[in-house]
Amino acid sequence: MLPVDVSVELGKAGGYAVFFAIGVGFGIALELAGFGDSRRLAAQFYLKDMSVLKTMFTGIIVACLLIFLSSGVGLLDFSQIAVNQTFLWPGIVGGVIMGFGFIIGGYCPGTSLVATASFKIDGLFFLVGTILGAGLFGDSLPNFEYFWNSSFTDRLLVSDWLGWPIGATVFAVTIMAMVMFYGAEKVEEFFLFKGTDHVWSWKISKRPYLIGAAILVAVASMVWIIGQPDPIRKWKIMESQYSIQLSTRAVFIHPLEYVKTYNESTVKLVTLDLRPSPAFQAFHLTGSENVKLNDLLDAKVVAPLAQLPSQGVVVLIADNDSLSVKAWKYLKVQGVINLYILENGLHNWDSLFAGKTVSEKAVNLAAPPAGVLQLFPKDAYSPKIKIGSKKRSGGLCG
Amino acid sequence: MKNKPNPVKNPYFAGAILGVVLYSAFALTHSGLGASGAISRIQVAMTKLFWSSHVDRVGAFAAMGAGDRNPLDHPSVFLLLGTFAGGMLSAWLNGRLKVEIFKGSKISNKQRLFFALLGGTIMGYGARFARGCTSGQALSGGAVLSLGSWAFMFSVFIGGYAIAYFVRRLWAD
Repeated sequence: MLPVDVSVELGKAGGYAVFFAIGVGFGIALELAGFGDSRRLAAQFYLKDMSVLKTMFTGIIVACLLIFLSSGVGLLDFSQIAVNQTFLWPGIVGGVIMGFGFIIGGYCPGTSLVATASFKIDGLFFLVGTILGAGLFGDSLPNFEYFWNSSFTDRLLVSDWLGWPIGATVFAVTIMAMVMFYGAEKVEEFFLFKGTDHVWSWKISKRPYLIGAAILVAVASMVWIIGQPDPIRKWKIMESQYSIQLSTRAVFIHPLEYVKTYNESTVKLVTLDLRPSPAFQAFHLTGSENVKLNDLLDAKVVAPLAQLPSQGVVVLIADNDSLSVKAWKYLKVQGVINLYILENGLHNWDSLFAGKTVSEKAVNLAAPPAGVLQLFPKDAYSPKIKIGSKKRSGGLCG
Repeated sequence: MKNKPNPVKNPYFAGAILGVVLYSAFALTHSGLGASGAISRIQVAMTKLFWSSHVDRVGAFAAMGAGDRNPLDHPSVFLLLGTFAGGMLSAWLNGRLKVEIFKGSKISNKQRLFFALLGGTIMGYGARFARGCTSGQALSGGAVLSLGSWAFMFSVFIGGYAIAYFVRRLWAD
């Protein structure tokens, strides 16, 4: 199921080769569009040549439709796709600054690469400038670091902001792009034929354009109708990929490993207790939260769990395996990476820790200290928790 | 090398190719495209050559290149190298591989190069501020519907249109 991770499948060198190949495609696309020429790029801001708008938004819409179509039919797991973190105001301020740089310098970083590669000296000077600018930023950052880290939301989609389903948002964005393309065509026509005999009309006469637009809108409608898979449907699709972790018990951890992790300051531990509320009230581990299975189908509840940093670990506690395994499945397909189940729930907790002392203090059952591990043989459990793998955010630009 | 350059492709066609490349990036690497991230890494690598203690001390640089870390050991750098190679290949095949300076006719070469350097510096600064550039934030973030990316994209256009009138001499014919 997509996405694959070529760095994992092919090793580091193989992964780098794929990144290189993708870059080649990117460079070719930019150059074919004529974006190695600063005059064409600048012309966008004088309304004479709207190629930048047309190419950018076509690229975005095509990729967007492919992503959400393949996600909708179960070919791609969107929870594993990197989504840029939103730092709203720094992004807006940075964007405006970049707009200034764009029209003064005539390029953006990607296009200046292509220009430099085509031997354009202005492209080279621009590229050198971007390196200098990056350095200046790093040195000046301490002055406004607080602002730079403000207005942050991880993995915030336009659909979340609007409160619409993803499919409806994709459709709306596609329609918006069609309107912008129409506007671009008509504005260009106006400036191109200004002062000539040509009569400007409201119509779009180029047949291929109308056909292309119809295709994009049709695909967007399909994306809306098919919708995005809910966790239950997603599990059916992804079962083979993850069920082996369950059958080999690779994600079941021993209470001692839980205690170790709880006391590790570098780990951000989230403990979800699925037991009934009275049992939770009677005794629960310090810092654990009482949740119901159905809560884990609610995107709002799951979002913070999926957005934990790479050293974040989620542990599930339940009275029986069938409940904790169900919960594990729901959370796994919604993008929670470091996800484990406390083996046997709290059934063995008392027998392991009650009555023990560490440094002459009785062990607090709700939060045993790390020292309690010394009271057991070193091989009392096999560690299962692996912190890690990639953060699904930020992509390549952070 | 051709003498007469080929005409550029229709922007929608080029955009469709771009969209497919962008999708393949997501499908194969779970991330989209990007350029400014790699440029920052090159900047850190160059700074490290001459002034490594500065890299260790400045937070934004240290994260990429302090101590044993090689800032260039990162997928984004290979993406950048590929972009460069693809640009050169396409330019060569289409007869656009030529040493020249693109500019408006009202300014001199020297002025153009000065403003290219200035614009690039502003861009490089802004790209770090926004945590991405038009490829990383606008294209990639836009395709996955990230709110910050869409806000960023509109801000770039607004910024450009806002001062285009004041710098029109750079591009006037």
